Amino acid sequence: MNYGFANIYWRDMIRFVRFRTMLISSLLQPALWLAFFGIAMSSSFDSLMSGVPVPPGAHAVGYLTFMAAGIIAMTTLFTSLFGGMIILFDKNWGLMREILASPMPRDHVILGIGLSGVTKSFIQATIIMVFGILIGVGFFVGFSAAEIALAVAGILIFVAVFALGFLFLSAGIAISMETPEGMQGIITLLTMPIFFASNALYPLDAFPAFLKVLSTYNPMTLLINGIRYFAIGDDFVAIGKHYVYTTGDIVFSFAGLVVFALVMYGFARWRFSKAVVT
Amino acid sequence: MTQQPEKEAIITVENLEYAYCDFKAVDGIGLTVKKGEVFSFLGPNGAGKSTVINALITLLSLQKGKATVAGYDVSRDPQKVRESIGIVFQEITLDRDMTVWEILEFHGKLYSMPRNERRIRIEELLDLVQLRNKRDIRTKYLSGGMKRRLEIARGLMTRLKVLFLDEPTIGLDPQTRMRMWDYIRKVNKEGTTIFLTTHYMDEADMLSDQISIIDNGRIIITGTNWQLKNTLGQDIIYLETSDNIAAIQLLRTLPSVKDATKKFRGILVSVHKDGTKVLPKIIERLRENGISIDTVNLKKPSMDDVFVYYTGKEIRDDPPGKNGTLTHRPGGS
Repeated sequence: MNYGFANIYWRDMIRFVRFRTMLISSLLQPALWLAFFGIAMSSSFDSLMSGVPVPPGAHAVGYLTFMAAGIIAMTTLFTSLFGGMIILFDKNWGLMREILASPMPRDHVILGIGLSGVTKSFIQATIIMVFGILIGVGFFVGFSAAEIALAVAGILIFVAVFALGFLFLSAGIAISMETPEGMQGIITLLTMPIFFASNALYPLDAFPAFLKVLSTYNPMTLLINGIRYFAIGDDFVAIGKHYVYTTGDIVFSFAGLVVFALVMYGFARWRFSKAVVT
Repeated sequence: MTQQPEKEAIITVENLEYAYCDFKAVDGIGLTVKKGEVFSFLGPNGAGKSTVINALITLLSLQKGKATVAGYDVSRDPQKVRESIGIVFQEITLDRDMTVWEILEFHGKLYSMPRNERRIRIEELLDLVQLRNKRDIRTKYLSGGMKRRLEIARGLMTRLKVLFLDEPTIGLDPQTRMRMWDYIRKVNKEGTTIFLTTHYMDEADMLSDQISIIDNGRIIITGTNWQLKNTLGQDIIYLETSDNIAAIQLLRTLPSVKDATKKFRGILVSVHKDGTKVLPKIIERLRENGISIDTVNLKKPSMDDVFVYYTGKEIRDDPPGKNGTLTHRPGGS
């Protein structure tokens, strides 16, 4: 068996650790979002929604808890979409020639980048969860140690599949592009609708019908469903809306993410098969 | 007397064509490299060398023609081709933020070298390219020459069927170049076929079993170094005269003169016979026609002369890391 992907992973992680500015900023950014945006917004929302009745069996959570799941998803999205940038740099600096002319199967580049991106997302998601709990995010409230371990594992599995999907997309774009500026433009173009047409910061109920459909199947929404299910529970009230997640909802969300990741893997493989690097 | 068996071909190229938009970089090239040879591919910049190499190492898809490497068709079995070849690229292709050791380790892993073999080879190569004391230094802190040496070490990590060396010793000092030549010979003796491009004519002369000269996307001539030199005649005479144009016309009528062409301030004369015997006749004929001679130089043809003769261009060395620049021979084709 060829373990070329592990080699690509090893190199990308060396770079991640060596680029201290990138490392620190990527870890600080989600914490800052949570600290500033989260706390500011939660003060406003929580006072507005304080009178909303909580149905029996459900528990109320503050806005900070509600949006913390969105921050994990947002961070994973950004990290993953930029994860393929190394491929573009390698292509422009000639390193990709060494890799593509080697006997290592080309899909291992995609897998290696995917694996390192997932590792980075795991680190970030863990930091957000720990930092969030420290500043008042109500994750895993009333959970036993075993339940917390299970819930964290569930969250990370959702994060992994979601991250892989966007890392594959990013790799496919990177191998097709010529300049970092072009890639940056495409990433910015993708980020806005994916983030805002999701349930990261607000519920989807008030969306117009077409946007609601789009948002329901948005991989970002599917990920956030999974995170909220594992971190908050299957029955809770947040910003005036009653959320109930059934097992079927979560299986659907996970299956949707798996399909998304597989399609993106196919896209990346196709782009790599067409790659001309000279 | 028994006849030597014909060596089998390890690289074959038939009628290869490649165009970038309207510009035809390669125009119907065919060549054969035999197993165990050192084959040199010479040509001025823009002649089409890199396009041919990129096609052979599967980085470019063939547009027209056919090519096989190590018995595998580059279009149909690119993966098998990649499993059979190693490459030293002309450009520096090092990750600036990896150390010397990590670069070699990464490369060894790319080729699935077993761990022990990889580690032994790395130590051997660090000594060869004299980078042992830099093994934990990131490549961005290396000098240009050190980077080049590391590139070569990387290319020599694996023992594959064919090793492509694209201007391998560009920018190296003479001592290191000679050490590299020795190592290339050693790798070749161990059974690896070498496909070399270089603009150092002495390098091609010293190392090659066979040489092809390419220009404007076409192969002009192929042969061993002595075969190519012989095509220029036995000796080369350089003359500076009072009237070079008239002298050229006059000398071309002499039966012992193979060709006479203008070069810089003088004339390059190739002769069929021993130059020392022809030279007095040349001097006599020029004087009879009132043409005085300022400078005379007689030498055996070198690969430089061969290159200049067939491409009409001369390669000069540039500073390390840059390609050679081309100077058109005055009066050359």
